[in-house]
Amino acid sequence: MSAVIDHGHAGHDHHHGPAKGLMRWVLTTNHKDIGTMYLWFSFAMFLLGGSMAMVIRAELFQPGLQIVQPEFFNQMTTMHGLIMVFGAVMPAFVGLANWMIPLMIGAPDMALPRMNNFSFWLLPAAFSMLVSTLFMEGGGPNFGWTFYAPLSTTYAPESVTFFIFAIHLMGFSSIMGAINVVATILNLRAPGMTLMKMPLFVWTWLITAFLLIAVMPVLAGVVTMMLMDIHFGTSFFSAAGGGDPVLFQHVFWFFGHPEVYIMILPAFGAVSAIIPAFARKPLFGYTSMVYATASIAFLSFIVWAHHMFTVGIPLTGELFFMYATLLIAVPTGVKVFNWASTMWRGSMTFETPMLFAVAFVILFTIGGFSGLMLAIAPADFQYHDTYFVVAHFHYVLVPGAIFGIFASAYFWLPKWTGHMYDETLGKLHFWMSFIGMNMAFFPMHFVGLAGMPRRIPDYNMMFANFNMVSSIGAFMFGATQLLFLFIVIKCIRGGKAAPAKPWDGAEGLEWTIPSPAPYHTFQTPPDVK
Amino acid sequence: MSEALSTRRLVIRLCVVVVAMFGFGFALVPIYDVMCQAFGINGKTAGVYEGQQAVDEQRQVRVQFLATNAADMVWEFGPQADEVVVHPGDSTQMLFVAYNPTDKPMTAQAIPSVAPSKAAAYFHKTECFCFTQQVLQPGERIEMPVRFIVDRDLPADVRHLTLAYTLFDVTARKPPVAQVTLTRAAP
Repeated sequence: MSAVIDHGHAGHDHHHGPAKGLMRWVLTTNHKDIGTMYLWFSFAMFLLGGSMAMVIRAELFQPGLQIVQPEFFNQMTTMHGLIMVFGAVMPAFVGLANWMIPLMIGAPDMALPRMNNFSFWLLPAAFSMLVSTLFMEGGGPNFGWTFYAPLSTTYAPESVTFFIFAIHLMGFSSIMGAINVVATILNLRAPGMTLMKMPLFVWTWLITAFLLIAVMPVLAGVVTMMLMDIHFGTSFFSAAGGGDPVLFQHVFWFFGHPEVYIMILPAFGAVSAIIPAFARKPLFGYTSMVYATASIAFLSFIVWAHHMFTVGIPLTGELFFMYATLLIAVPTGVKVFNWASTMWRGSMTFETPMLFAVAFVILFTIGGFSGLMLAIAPADFQYHDTYFVVAHFHYVLVPGAIFGIFASAYFWLPKWTGHMYDETLGKLHFWMSFIGMNMAFFPMHFVGLAGMPRRIPDYNMMFANFNMVSSIGAFMFGATQLLFLFIVIKCIRGGKAAPAKPWDGAEGLEWTIPSPAPYHTFQTPPDVK
Repeated sequence: MSEALSTRRLVIRLCVVVVAMFGFGFALVPIYDVMCQAFGINGKTAGVYEGQQAVDEQRQVRVQFLATNAADMVWEFGPQADEVVVHPGDSTQMLFVAYNPTDKPMTAQAIPSVAPSKAAAYFHKTECFCFTQQVLQPGERIEMPVRFIVDRDLPADVRHLTLAYTLFDVTARKPPVAQVTLTRAAP
């Protein structure tokens, strides 16, 4: 199941290729192997989390309770969120980082290859533990992916302790991955690769890595407090002992808001590589892109309470967090305009990566706009905890993060496998995903504005039609992802041989090495002019 | 290998950041408490108030009382009057009644909250049953006083505030000692 098949092209005869058999994957320290494992793992989690979404949409196909009980429905919404956030999106970006960052900066490998192996293998352990809770007595986590106390402490199922340790393991994995990325980017750049010459994907990942290092420990802290409240008699979040449940939300969202940028910034970077390649123009405003990314990262630390407008914070607090949140639209707008300007008067062609990238720009902007609506504190009192919020964050995560990952996968698949993917099927995948995703999530705006609450398995009759449309779109989107699996496997097994640089407008060191990328690359640093 | 050395140095620094941020997560707990008390966020009230104030006879403020049982709490619990009208600066007392209908001794903790939350910083309690825990023997009933002063500096637009108590069963946490306790007599 490897994307790295061939190792004969490089001509480094004295270097051994990959070891044979299963132990290659268990013991590997090769950034390409580990990147491949991350990507496969995240795709497996994407399908698992996706099938939970299918359960949710099947139950919501009609009003009333048909398929699952409310208890199980709650577990599905919770696990869907947790698995998609921590299991699908984040590892996919770490996989892309592992594969591409050394190739983009001319490094032979990641800076800490053994730790790299460890940080990957923590993930299967963490998610086995998390998913196993579904089969335990009392069921798995049912308190929403944001696990607000006291739902996740006083009223949690017994299995919550496993959930806590799973989060700890994921946190360790992410922190180690982030340290590795920072060390690689800061220390292993080829001579001449100055910071402001780095591809934007490397830049956005560097900033993402700092975000991870800053906030994953806070997440570890908040679940540790939960653990202590549940088992050791402390009262961080229990009002009876002098604690405060609202404190949980503050600490959680101090992690949680940077987290949503962790899930989107690498996609910004990938799209900033793909759009210039297919517009056949250099990226418009490279420097402003770097500064915009850094500004978004900085602002992400001072806006967390916009998730909590309705808990009863003072008016000055509401105003501060509202204005700070609205401010994020400025650097984000800079990025969107830069992408549009890059396309402006370009010689554009629309291969699959470009289709996903253009859809990313348009649909992410829609998600950004609904985010602006939610940022308006007085209006948020109506939108809070409705399907409007669900529509918003799925518009930034599905056509944002996920389309960014699809675009990256199609863009770099020829480099990974040495074969071109099937363009016809790729376009089919895009259009099915595009239509399915919009059908699934666009109606949620309407039902949300009309007051349909999120995380409830039943709903008012008046929402029935829109929900049925949503479910049909979701089934379409879900089924289409099996097509993606087929396309990737087909591409690994064969297809038109890919040249070193399959996209004529593409730029960067990764296109100077043969396709598929040899097992060892840049043993001697390339010359960067 | 200077590269290995600089990587090691960088990794150590990043690990320090990780540990510091883990600590920061916990530091948010006292920071939050301080912020809540400083700004009256979330309706949290401060501890015992020692000061005295001149009474502002010109102004009247309605103080409503609310008593709620937390989930699984079985005591009967409520104020003796739903509301009183007070002058800012004046010291007022209200009695709350609690009754343990079970056949076991139980410990309870009342948690106060003031609404609107911006008024919390101006609501001073000189004496309150919420400062301690209450132990009630089976079938025992007590009257519990709260004595408070509404600050003279209470913002002018607040004419009406609510003091809400939620009563939690903390028997498991603080097992009641076999003795009759602290029904402090009303002065």
